[in-house]
Amino acid sequence: MKSYRRVSAGFAGLTAAALIAGCSSSSSSPSGSSSTAQGSGSAVDLTFWSWVPNMDKIVDVWNASHPGVHVTFSKQAGGDAEAQKVLTSAKAHTMPDIIQAEYQEIPTMVSNNVLADIAKQANAVKGKFTPGIWNLVTLGGDAVYGLPQDSGPMLFFYRKSLFAKYGLAVPKTWDDYAALAAQVKQKAPNAFLGAFPTVDPGEFAGLAQQAGAKWWGTSGSSWSVGLDDATTKKVADFWSGLVQAGRIDAEPAWTPAWNKAMDDGTILSWTAGVWAPGTLSSVAADTKDDWGVAQLPQWDASSVATGNWGGSSMAVTTDSKHKDAAAQFLVWLNTDKAATDLLISQAGVYPADTDAQGRVAAPTFLPSVTDFATIAKTAGDATVPTTWGPDVSTAYAAYNDNVGKAAAGKGSLSDAFVAVQQAVVADMKKAGFTVSGS
Amino acid sequence: MPTSRSRRYRSLGTRAVPYAAIAPAAVLFAAFFATPIGFAIYMSLRGVHVKGLGLDPHARVEKWVGTRNYSQALGDSELWHGVLRTLAYGAFLLPVMLGLALLFALLLDSARARLTRFARLAIFLPYAVPVVIASLLWGFLYLPTVSPFQPLFHFLGVPMPDVLSNSTILFSVANVGIWGGTGYNMIVIYTSLTALPADVYEAAKLDGCSEIALAVRVKIPMVAPALVLTGLFSIIATLQVFSEPTTLMPITKTISSTWTPLMKIYNDAFGRNDLYEAAAEAVVVAVMMLVLSFSLLRVVNKRAFGDN
Repeated sequence: MKSYRRVSAGFAGLTAAALIAGCSSSSSSPSGSSSTAQGSGSAVDLTFWSWVPNMDKIVDVWNASHPGVHVTFSKQAGGDAEAQKVLTSAKAHTMPDIIQAEYQEIPTMVSNNVLADIAKQANAVKGKFTPGIWNLVTLGGDAVYGLPQDSGPMLFFYRKSLFAKYGLAVPKTWDDYAALAAQVKQKAPNAFLGAFPTVDPGEFAGLAQQAGAKWWGTSGSSWSVGLDDATTKKVADFWSGLVQAGRIDAEPAWTPAWNKAMDDGTILSWTAGVWAPGTLSSVAADTKDDWGVAQLPQWDASSVATGNWGGSSMAVTTDSKHKDAAAQFLVWLNTDKAATDLLISQAGVYPADTDAQGRVAAPTFLPSVTDFATIAKTAGDATVPTTWGPDVSTAYAAYNDNVGKAAAGKGSLSDAFVAVQQAVVADMKKAGFTVSGS
Repeated sequence: MPTSRSRRYRSLGTRAVPYAAIAPAAVLFAAFFATPIGFAIYMSLRGVHVKGLGLDPHARVEKWVGTRNYSQALGDSELWHGVLRTLAYGAFLLPVMLGLALLFALLLDSARARLTRFARLAIFLPYAVPVVIASLLWGFLYLPTVSPFQPLFHFLGVPMPDVLSNSTILFSVANVGIWGGTGYNMIVIYTSLTALPADVYEAAKLDGCSEIALAVRVKIPMVAPALVLTGLFSIIATLQVFSEPTTLMPITKTISSTWTPLMKIYNDAFGRNDLYEAAAEAVVVAVMMLVLSFSLLRVVNKRAFGDN
């Protein structure tokens, strides 16, 4: 009896201790952990969510030089993961002070009252960004919802040594690309010229943007949705033909299998944003300095146009209690020379600040591409402007489901886009948006 | 006088003890079970309405929409496809997993079994692997370009079969669940087997029962309650399958983001940011599972638990 009571008392004590420990270490608060010390006695403490690599080092530089405003950095998994977290915590009013917001998510976030207007501090540095990019953070109005950090104009990355080995020329137009894809199949039956973005709606969005597709537009207080317009169908049919003929790989990207294909030369080129060299260093580490950079193949040989894939801004949330301090930090992060130099060298971003763009040297992973800054600037200037709608995540999810199915052989890609269009329009109507001409 | 007063005091204290004993459980139940369910039902009856372009900070208004979310959920073909898919998944997984668990338990319990402790541990070990890790593991095994089986097929001169195609994906995902769940169910059934009285076996052996007949005619009927238990828990767990397809989704285009009902609910809530629709779907799925569980229990109650 006595020993049983002692055992049970001990067990109860252990349970209580575990509960207390569990409660005190709960991580539901927005201030995540970071390698820097917690704000000790500083006037203002800001929390910052971002997925940019090495951002903690840049935050450390700010903290060292600005003792009155301490920023606590919390690394996030990626764009989609953070967007979901932000929208959910917006409902609970537990958002961090500063978040990274991809351009395509900004209308959704504005609609959900996530982003605070920082026009007071941001308008001072308006001149450092191109009008196209500035439009993405203002949505055409007076309010400024974020400060652009980087942009993703798309370029054509190709394996130099393998192009030389098979005697391939860099394609100038999409017709060239299709012919090249057939050529590759003849010379190297196991290789592919490129891969179709089966699970990358952002990549396809950029390619459609290059061709002039307008997926969302506003007129007055109604939205127009054109995910299955003629231009999108043209681009979809172009890729459809190549996928069905087996000339283009249609396996999902960002998987170990895809990494291997990029690494060992099964995939010979990639239509990706200017941030690609940083990504390639982890995806295909064995291919260092073996990628050449060119403009995207064009629909119209007489001019240069490209689309955007990704790119993000940094924004202050409506839950923040120190919006002015947070906005000051953002202005420093995205326009200050020291900060943008670190962004280029440590984080591998191609900055949106036009002054900083001039300081971009050859990427660390592709040191022999010495004219990278010029190529990137040309692409940046040639980016076709775009408008994002209030439910991009629905459109992207519908893209993944329908286009993925079509690529698996069940239907044509243009039909898949009709299904995506229907899903997006239905979703917007259900939420009460006025959709014109549907 | 003092006696009756102290007796009254003692009875009041004694009466309060049961309530004090269940108070923690009642509080936890209310806080973490009843309140969230009530909130989900409340959310399922509301929706969001947008004014104009929706870009104004006050453009989104949450309001009462009655049963609109429910009619939408019930009419959503994607949800019902997911339900049918999950039923097919369960129809394959449950017999195979429980059959294997029963087989292994019987084998381990048979008189001639060797290395029983090692075998028990080895069969149970997959259960200790977290579901996400197990799905990643099997994902690597399935993908031809990174699978360690690829050299074997290369040696045999045949291409590695594409187990992630539309016709085989159900079995491939179910395989992960079978691999992980068989050990646990086997332990439950084996424990029930070891609790059987040995004199029943002796009586059967005296009647000239072979090992196999002993297993089929004597052991299986006597572990029927354990089978029902594991079967019911497995059904409930299988119909809520979420982790395996979600982890395998990025590596194959045959699994959509709405492949199972729970994936659809998660996608609607956090991918499409429509918590209200997701709440309605969650209530619909929960009610379906309750009905299924109760009817199953009714059916097997008599056979398994009646007149023992």
